[in-house]
Amino acid sequence: MTIEVKNIVKRFGAFAALDNVDLKVGKGELLALLGPSGSGKTTLLRIIAGLDWPDAGEVRIDGEDALGHGASERHVGFVFQHYALFRHMTVFENVAFGLRVQPRAVRKDEAKIRARVKELLDLVQLDWLANRYPSQLSGGQRQRIALARALAIEPRILLLDEPFGALDAKVRKELRQWLRSLHSEIHVTSIFVTHDQEEALEVANRVVVMDKGRIEQIGTPGDVYDNPATAFVHGFIGESIVLPVEVSGGSVRLAGRPLNIAADGAAAGASKLFVRRHDMQIGPAGTGSLEGAVRHVRSFGPIQRAEIALSGGEGKTVIEIDAPRDRELQAGEIISLQPRRYRIFAAKE
Amino acid sequence: MSMQTNFVTPVAQLKAYASTAGVAIAIPSHGEPGERSRAVASPRDLRTEPGPIRFVVIALAVSFLTVFVVLPLVVVFASAFSKGISAYFAALAEPEALSAIKLTLLVAAISVGLNLVFGVIAAWAIAKFDFRGKTFLITLIDLPFSVSPVISGLVFVLLFGAQGYWGSWLQAHNIHILFAVPGIALATIFVTFPFVARSLIPLMQEQGTQEEEAAISLGASGLQTFFRVTLPNIKWGLLYGVLLCNARAMGEFGAVSVVSGHIRGETNTMPLLVEILYNEYQFVASFAIASLLAMLALITLVVKAVLERRLDEGQIPRNDPGDH
Amino acid sequence: MSTAVARRMSLPGFGLTMGLTLTWLSVIILIPLAGLFLKTLELSPGQFWEILTSRRTLNALKISFGLSFAAACVNLVMGTIIVWALVRYRFPGRRLFDAIVDIPFALPTAVAGVALTQLFAQKGWLGAPLAELGIKVAFTPIGIFIAMVFIGIPFVVRTVQPVLIDLDPEIEEAAASLGANRWHTVFRVILPSLIPALLTGFALAFARAVGEYGSVIFIAGNLPNVSEIAPLLIVIRLSEFRYADATAIAVVMLLASFVIILAVNRLQRWAQTRIPAH
Repeated sequence: MTIEVKNIVKRFGAFAALDNVDLKVGKGELLALLGPSGSGKTTLLRIIAGLDWPDAGEVRIDGEDALGHGASERHVGFVFQHYALFRHMTVFENVAFGLRVQPRAVRKDEAKIRARVKELLDLVQLDWLANRYPSQLSGGQRQRIALARALAIEPRILLLDEPFGALDAKVRKELRQWLRSLHSEIHVTSIFVTHDQEEALEVANRVVVMDKGRIEQIGTPGDVYDNPATAFVHGFIGESIVLPVEVSGGSVRLAGRPLNIAADGAAAGASKLFVRRHDMQIGPAGTGSLEGAVRHVRSFGPIQRAEIALSGGEGKTVIEIDAPRDRELQAGEIISLQPRRYRIFAAKE
Repeated sequence: MSMQTNFVTPVAQLKAYASTAGVAIAIPSHGEPGERSRAVASPRDLRTEPGPIRFVVIALAVSFLTVFVVLPLVVVFASAFSKGISAYFAALAEPEALSAIKLTLLVAAISVGLNLVFGVIAAWAIAKFDFRGKTFLITLIDLPFSVSPVISGLVFVLLFGAQGYWGSWLQAHNIHILFAVPGIALATIFVTFPFVARSLIPLMQEQGTQEEEAAISLGASGLQTFFRVTLPNIKWGLLYGVLLCNARAMGEFGAVSVVSGHIRGETNTMPLLVEILYNEYQFVASFAIASLLAMLALITLVVKAVLERRLDEGQIPRNDPGDH
Repeated sequence: MSTAVARRMSLPGFGLTMGLTLTWLSVIILIPLAGLFLKTLELSPGQFWEILTSRRTLNALKISFGLSFAAACVNLVMGTIIVWALVRYRFPGRRLFDAIVDIPFALPTAVAGVALTQLFAQKGWLGAPLAELGIKVAFTPIGIFIAMVFIGIPFVVRTVQPVLIDLDPEIEEAAASLGANRWHTVFRVILPSLIPALLTGFALAFARAVGEYGSVIFIAGNLPNVSEIAPLLIVIRLSEFRYADATAIAVVMLLASFVIILAVNRLQRWAQTRIPAH
């Protein structure tokens, strides 16, 4: 099923939680809404589910207007951040709930409900917990039960709010892989909200990066990492070195000195130069655009992470770079740096 | 004028104020306050006083409670049985006594029933939704706690009394509100108005709306959500509110006294009959009725303690500690 | 179809439940109370003033407010002592005494009234020995005071108790480690942090005592100008069909109780800003 969101606006008082958001989700996609807290991603998810209503705009599920229907009529599976399992019901009854509250005319009989619940518990590999209560489960188990419960109603789409947010790091990693393989098994159009870039990049087919109620970029994980569309995306995804530069007449200057890199059509004026840590080429002093003294080196695994105090300017700019260990850096050494890949964005304000 | 909280418990009281002010106050389980975390000081502890001072403090506390609280309670039963058991039961079997008991049960059933329904409805509106003026609305619901029982009765006399706003109209249509069951019920509903809503609001606020939202997103209707998800989660809190509401409804004196008219065998509730018999120097009979009310109070306290423990247990942490 | 974009909530039933709540609230609470205020407006300010300043009314108000204040003071002191004993010490029957504190809340006021009267009457268990000492309690203002102490005690105890329980033990240990002796620690560190709760308990006990009727009238003696409380005067005026008089006294008492509610709410807010919620 497809989801289409058009010109959605949602305000809480003077605060614009969503500011004219447009989004199309294709059939069978596994999409991540990624952004810092307050970026509007959860609000967008809740609007699609029918748990919140926008001030303006349109939501279409499979081409059909969704805003005319309440949450209970949308057939949307929603997995809550804190699971929202019914604490007075067993795992079995939790999963069966959506089937039991169906109108009598379409409700399955008890045997069919049991079979369906069993099937779902098998799917999430927790059939042995059927008679437990939510309080007796671990966080990861609750998460999977919440998912099974949402899937019980055979939802047209599946929405997950910070599905791994409340779990510890190890469980989170396991569940990520599990969710991805589950999705390729059942292929329901799914959207999940996360503030964790690693999670978004690792699990989703496409990532929607949001900030302050706007969509900054939509793309594959590779796209948003390698070709960030905005300064925000570059800064939010992956670690970046950010240097304040001045663009004029096609040349780029740092603290007044020209850097040996092309402006790539960046507009003239105060700008920011973004370089990934591992995209700084190290060379002997005097061979690159930037020069600096190595202050501190830590080596782990295949890389060494060095703190470099850049020369020139006020000499106070310190950056961190990641370099392969083929050439061990020494503290106190003067080296030159040349960005291999970089992006220049106009500085805001 | 008074916090006529005849019997708002510490939990309710504090929850009440906590939720007005938006603070969560930890509510210790009854009788064993917070001992999990803070044991009573051992002698070497920095946090205690020298032995003689401790002795004096304990002695003062115990003797005060004995004189002012235990003795009055003992007097009730001692006086009720002062002429023997048969006199006691004979007093309770008097037609007047029986009719007072019946009336009390009837009035309690009406007022508890109505306040139960409307208390749940009010708690749903207040706890599950955000709207402006919520604090003010809670203050209005609390009003009866701070109105003197006499005034709670007076307002209905002003409305329905012979010289009241609607008195002559009612008289013309031969409708009896004052000095009849409807008036007694109204006054009782007034004084017990906040109990159910007030026991539920903090509980329902704390439970949030997630489970209800989950139910709705799974296709449940509003009523299905309420009966299958909300109600099981609030049942102990609801019972708690009903218990307190009932105790107050059966024991109310001031408000009912003003609207009842003291018609013997007709509009006397148990507390009113206690007064009448006492004033007629029928002490055994008076205290026999009083002993029933005192037992109601004691049972209420015991059940309340049990419910408070349930409520404490019911507060399941939302996340496993291990999840963080 | 973006016209469907109305102000909707995630859960159903807000309009219905809010409507019913406001209706029920109006029928039971707001309209009757409004009726009371409207009735007062039928009086000219002069008449109103005359009723309030009549000797009997003034005395009744003085007795109600004055004795309530005195009883609340006793409750404040004794309540603190009781809370301290219940929270900080172990002694036989501690849990029982903790439960007993709730009895004045739970006992119907008429029962409390007859019981206290019986207890303090001249031939009563406590009245007889007191009479030998020349102290007459029942049917005097002292009796009113005793009844007010009785009904007020749980308010102080139950307001202060959770705060003392939740008091961080580290502040006491810190005070001790800074060289404070126990006396200083209690009076300069612990009690000051209980002040908002103590004042709240005091206000609640005071307000309750002022409006109290059932537990007071039996033991009071009800002698006009001497031992007649304001709520009783309202009842008497009503039985004389002097509605205006009853209403005027009621309005004054109601306003006083609103002032107390406001004060208590302020206290709660103050306590919050002083001691942030965890």
